[in-house]
Amino acid sequence: MTSVAATAPAHGVHHAPQSFWRKYIFSTDHKIIGIQFLFVSLFFLLVGGVLAMQMRWALGFPGKPMPGAGLLPETMAANGVILPEYYVQLVSMHGTFMVFFAIMPLLVGVYANFLIPLKIGAHDMAFPRINMASFWMALFAGLLMFASFFVPEGAIRSGWTNYAPLSARPDLSGVTIGQQLWCISIVVLGLSSVMGSLNYITTIINHRAPGMTWFRMPLSVWALFITAILAVLALPVLQGAAILLLFDQTIGTHFFDPPAGGQALLWQHLFWFFGHPEVYILILPAMGMVSDMIANGSRKPIFGYHSMVFAIVAIGFLGWLVWGHHMFMSGMNPTLGSSFMISTLVIAVPSAVKVFNWLGTMWRGNLRFHVPMLNAVAFVAMFTIGGLSGVFMAATPVDMFIHDTQFIVAHLHYVLFGGSLFALFGAITYWYPKMFGRMMSEPLGKVHFWLTFVFYNCTFFPMHILGMGGQMRRLYDPTQYDFLKPQQPLNVFVSISAFLLFATQLLFAFNFLWNLKKGKKAPLNPWEDNGLEWSLPSPAPHGNWDRPPTVYRGPYEFSAPEAGSRDYLPQNEKLPTDREPASAATPAAGH
Amino acid sequence: MRWWLPPAASTYAGDIDFMFTLILVITGIALVIVEAGVIWFSVAYRARPGRRAFYTHGSTKAEVVWSAIPAVTVVILGIMSNGLWNRIKGRDSVPAGAYPIGVHAKQFEWQLTYPGPDGQLGTADDFTVRNQLHVPVGRPVVVHLSAEDVIHSFFVPEFRLKQDAVPGMEIRAWFEATKVDSMELGCAELCGMGHYRMRARVWVWPADKYDACVKQASQQFLDCLRPSPAEGATRRTGS
Amino acid sequence: MRKLGSIAAVAAAVLVVALAAWTRQPAADGQGAATVTGKVKFTGAKPTNPPIDMSEEPKCKAKYTTTPTQETVVVNPNGTLANVFVYVKSGLPASAKYETPKTGVLIDQDGCHYRPHVLGIMVGQPLEIKNSDGILHNIKAKGVKNRPFNISQPTTMTSTRTFSAPEVMVPLECNVHGWMQAYLGVLPHPFYAITGVDGSFTIKGLPPGTYTIEAWHEKYGTQTATVTVAGTESKTQDFTFAAK
Repeated sequence: MTSVAATAPAHGVHHAPQSFWRKYIFSTDHKIIGIQFLFVSLFFLLVGGVLAMQMRWALGFPGKPMPGAGLLPETMAANGVILPEYYVQLVSMHGTFMVFFAIMPLLVGVYANFLIPLKIGAHDMAFPRINMASFWMALFAGLLMFASFFVPEGAIRSGWTNYAPLSARPDLSGVTIGQQLWCISIVVLGLSSVMGSLNYITTIINHRAPGMTWFRMPLSVWALFITAILAVLALPVLQGAAILLLFDQTIGTHFFDPPAGGQALLWQHLFWFFGHPEVYILILPAMGMVSDMIANGSRKPIFGYHSMVFAIVAIGFLGWLVWGHHMFMSGMNPTLGSSFMISTLVIAVPSAVKVFNWLGTMWRGNLRFHVPMLNAVAFVAMFTIGGLSGVFMAATPVDMFIHDTQFIVAHLHYVLFGGSLFALFGAITYWYPKMFGRMMSEPLGKVHFWLTFVFYNCTFFPMHILGMGGQMRRLYDPTQYDFLKPQQPLNVFVSISAFLLFATQLLFAFNFLWNLKKGKKAPLNPWEDNGLEWSLPSPAPHGNWDRPPTVYRGPYEFSAPEAGSRDYLPQNEKLPTDREPASAATPAAGH
Repeated sequence: MRWWLPPAASTYAGDIDFMFTLILVITGIALVIVEAGVIWFSVAYRARPGRRAFYTHGSTKAEVVWSAIPAVTVVILGIMSNGLWNRIKGRDSVPAGAYPIGVHAKQFEWQLTYPGPDGQLGTADDFTVRNQLHVPVGRPVVVHLSAEDVIHSFFVPEFRLKQDAVPGMEIRAWFEATKVDSMELGCAELCGMGHYRMRARVWVWPADKYDACVKQASQQFLDCLRPSPAEGATRRTGS
Repeated sequence: MRKLGSIAAVAAAVLVVALAAWTRQPAADGQGAATVTGKVKFTGAKPTNPPIDMSEEPKCKAKYTTTPTQETVVVNPNGTLANVFVYVKSGLPASAKYETPKTGVLIDQDGCHYRPHVLGIMVGQPLEIKNSDGILHNIKAKGVKNRPFNISQPTTMTSTRTFSAPEVMVPLECNVHGWMQAYLGVLPHPFYAITGVDGSFTIKGLPPGTYTIEAWHEKYGTQTATVTVAGTESKTQDFTFAAK
């Protein structure tokens, strides 16, 4: 099947009019599915934030009644004071919701779905119905997870990492149904991820428009491609571990129960073998989208595009070899400590290469600081801090001190919030017009950015210092230790900054929701970008193109001499000097 | 208000602090370069009418330089760290003749088993005490870590020592205290709702006093070291 | 006429008896007026209870003038055993139902000790767990017939729990202070007593019948005795536990 693109009839565009339910609720359109993920994930991001606010109250003001605690049942708070068993639920579920139901679906569920077909010139994903199922499974998993707060004994209490044997033994953790719900939810979510990945991988390999060669794909698509491979290989490992844990909890197996012959460390190996690729799932799409936004904001091609691709691939590959760095102190063979340290130090190099390339992109550019660019540049600045703090942990003797302290919490929040979430603030703003046909408010976006940037650093930078002082993680009340009492003023400062940070996000929520209906109508290409999606109307129509576009160049040809007086040059705009691509780029192009 | 690491109180704490500071300096330099770059470029290259960006796809030379320098740096850090890691945690790292103390972690207390007058763990004169770790200064001590129920983690910040206590495993961790002092031992792995209160106190005693008292068994050992409330060891309240 | 009158009188008497039988209160079944009383004696060498080192919990240590000890075996000066849970194990009418008291039973954590060390409660009756120490205690109830629970009290507060099934005994422990132990006897009826400083127990209000009375001690196990009571009489039943 070749040259289908030029002659195939318009496909998937002229359906019979669809009912509201088929069009917006049970939709197979990748764009709608992406938007569905967006709304649901933003909700869970809010849930994760509310949980964090309660944690910060307990840490900053231990033993003091919390405003609003009257809403909590007696098993969670007494006389307005959060109880320790609720605190550990907050800690565990904050991590769970943020990782699995906020950041991962925001980066992958939203942007893999929304961007991939648009950016490679396809009508939709390879398997639209599987795509729809992937969303509904993710939603179901999220609701199961949320329900765990409302069952007897409440939600999990052993951290988002659920180390066994604590997680496997209800008599030791105090959780019964909540732990089982966590396991089931994770298995369902894993199915959602695997289904999604199958779509993303297949679509990118098979459905690129004519002329869209691998090295003309935007870095956002490359990143999503590698991420999808990571997900399809990693999530099943977690699913397996969750099933083993569920069996230990329910049918009397002893996989993780040492007195009965099981192994405590088995859980950690399984979890982190998934867990480390997972954190690259949580950063690579952000890096990809940041590349798109920085090139656009700098009006320059990405510096070192090929290096950037190799760096993404290298990070994806090396990410499988470093999981033991979460286990340096676990009691595993110290020789493994040495080998994992080496691989962990090595993986710092491709990340550093990316940071330098972003700087190279900005160098001698003509920088436009629209809201997405502000957030993307902040990503570079914050991710650098997060990445560099990782070097301390990679060095095993130093990790002996900082493992399981607030230093680790600082590191992970610098890469996940300072990194991924800032990238998401930028991406949501950037692709909002293509999603909804309107613009978010630029002034409000800038106020939100600056306030968030300040309060964010006030919240998380001091955690490095708290960790250096030895403050351990997941402590309900740090003042129970004499050596931590002197640092308590810093905990108070962090808590207050966190409250202000959370409040600031109301600006983003308002900006997002208000402009859905009231925003300025968006032009075709508000950011003067080169990607294929910007040649479509805002919002993009069902089926995207009547006929797939033809691609003549890479995605970052900003300020190219042949662009003339413009400083951008869309990928599908044919110049007199351009030749047609030899044949359809891929067998299924135009499907 | 403490802004830095706690005071170092073991033989290898100083080496760990050195690595920490070295990494801080190296990453600090990298951070300054990047952040200065971000700020400088943001200001110098902001859009102005009539300007056009410099059209380039990159520089292979730049790629080589900024790949090689981080790579060499991390290799050096790795080699330095590995030597220290083997000295502290390696298979044969426990100094010969280290004084053994059993540490059994349990929700939510530390059970310390002293070897008694014969100096051997696992004999009839062993005795167990809750939440009090007494060690001599200037002598290596090896802790035989075990856990009753879930994973806990033995953490003495001033020694810089951290080692998980895992059910089903017996793990040895050693240290040598360098100061006569008293400090805290905390649990550094979430072990349940009482995790935040799973603390013990560590006393480091002058060697001669420890030797004199260690000949006693059980409660007499403790009474020997801490005769009366008034005469207790210096309690650190943190600086 | 006389014949009609006597028939009417008999009919009325039958009616009254039938009415009385029909409206008879079932509670009359379970309550009575008999008493079983006695002493729990202890023979043999009085064991020493291990001392508790509370140096790592200054707030609790400060509440004592002498070193506190475990309460495993508490022998009174008069040679009797305290903390023995004595109760009616069987013999009550099968249909007897006992009203669950609304007032609760109090257990207090004071000086890092459970007070009392042994207590009884009825099914469904509230157990009020008080933390008078103001420091973290957790209360782990290791029931087998009753659903186990483990709750924390980080500060001065009172929590309430109920038990749904009879169980002799439900152990209670604190994991932050591993020496803290208590024992809770959950019964479907109010016929129990715990021996105190004089080693005696009294169980009142028993309906007439033959009962198995059991005495439970945490170290020395259980002993049973059969006692028959009727009317308002008071019978004495002693138990003796020997040192092991």
